Amino acid sequence: MSWFISQANAQEPAIVPAEDGHAPVDAVGTTVAHEGGGHGGAFPPFDPSTFPSQLFWLAIVFIALYVLMAKKVIPQIAGILEARAAKIAGDLVEAEKAKADTDAAIASYEASLAAARNKANAIAHETRSKVAHEIDGRRHAAEAQLAAKLTDTEKHIEDVKRIALEHVSTIATETTEAVVEALVGKVSRDEAIAAVAAVSASKH
Amino acid sequence: MADVRTDPIHQFGIHKLVDINIDGYDVSFTNSSLFMVLVLAAIALVLLWGSSSRAVVPGRAQTVAELSYEFVANTLRTTAGESGMRFMPLVFSLFMFVLTANLFGMVPYFFTVTSHIIVTAALALLVIFTVTIYGFYKNGTHFLKLFVPSGVPAAIVPLVTMIEIISFLSRPLSLSVRLFANMLAGHITLKVFAGFVVTLTGLGAFGFLGALLPLIMVVALTALEFLVAFLQAYVFTILTCMYLNDALHPGH
Repeated sequence: MSWFISQANAQEPAIVPAEDGHAPVDAVGTTVAHEGGGHGGAFPPFDPSTFPSQLFWLAIVFIALYVLMAKKVIPQIAGILEARAAKIAGDLVEAEKAKADTDAAIASYEASLAAARNKANAIAHETRSKVAHEIDGRRHAAEAQLAAKLTDTEKHIEDVKRIALEHVSTIATETTEAVVEALVGKVSRDEAIAAVAAVSASKH
Repeated sequence: MADVRTDPIHQFGIHKLVDINIDGYDVSFTNSSLFMVLVLAAIALVLLWGSSSRAVVPGRAQTVAELSYEFVANTLRTTAGESGMRFMPLVFSLFMFVLTANLFGMVPYFFTVTSHIIVTAALALLVIFTVTIYGFYKNGTHFLKLFVPSGVPAAIVPLVTMIEIISFLSRPLSLSVRLFANMLAGHITLKVFAGFVVTLTGLGAFGFLGALLPLIMVVALTALEFLVAFLQAYVFTILTCMYLNDALHPGH
């Protein structure tokens, strides 16, 4: 390896002296280096003899790299990232839509549940009031019937009472007749009636 | 006599693999060129493989490709805004190239492409030329507002403008030297400590014990260098984004 460097150094003085005031030092240095075996020569990074080659190859490599990046790699990677971002955004939109659908379904379910409940309430209420109405009607009818029966019965009692009262004096007369007859003998009917009437009058 | 095994500079040496000469210029295919091509091949392999399956749920390679893309895209978007996304191919190429080259350098016997100032300088100049040309193309002379910040008292405008111009001109320098120096210094440090291990173990039992300390150091430094490899690629990228932001929105 040092053999290569010595060879490069050997070419050195041809270029360096033209450069600047360091030339003599460099020339001495290279000579020493040449004899010393490759150490102390032009520091490789500052060796201008390698510059054209480095620049030439750097240009080729960097232009190739630039073209490759600009035409192929960057569009590809950007495409991947864009596709992924689009996919994520699309999926989010889809998820949002699914969520909205679910919400709507829940809302409609709740609405129909509420409607059914209202309807049931209405039916129950209607039935209840109908039944109550019917019961009321029947009760009224029964009450009216009872009242009529009561009136009839009262009238009947009145009648019976009146007829009985009508018969009271007759019975009393007959009883008086019978009692008097048993006690004192036969009396006329007219006398018995008069006596009963007199007793009733004094009692009243 | 410098031992190849312990010489910290040896790893940066460039040697020709195929001699090529175009119009008097020596453009030979060297070990540096080889590793540039390997870096390109590695990036192409991972990213093309990773982005070819186009799965909604990514596999490993696709995750790597997507993570790199989104990392750079987020950096660019937050620094230079949505209009900065037109520079995505440039910024992404820069990030991938610098990161892969830095990480390749961590493999033993591999050449670190970014440890040569000419490479980092070329990349930095590419950024600065893009910023300047696009800045003038997009904003015309408005681009010069970059050097005259708004809201500065008139009395110190000349001074501030001077500072801004110097700062603008030093950008390519700082951009290239930062990356180059980090890679170079890191690899030299690693090699120096590794060299201690090699030298000390050659000294017998005592040296063997003494070599433990630099060995631990090398392990720790290797971890640090992995961090630096990523960090410098990120720094290069975010600075590129900030400079592009200047071209897109001068006068901020």
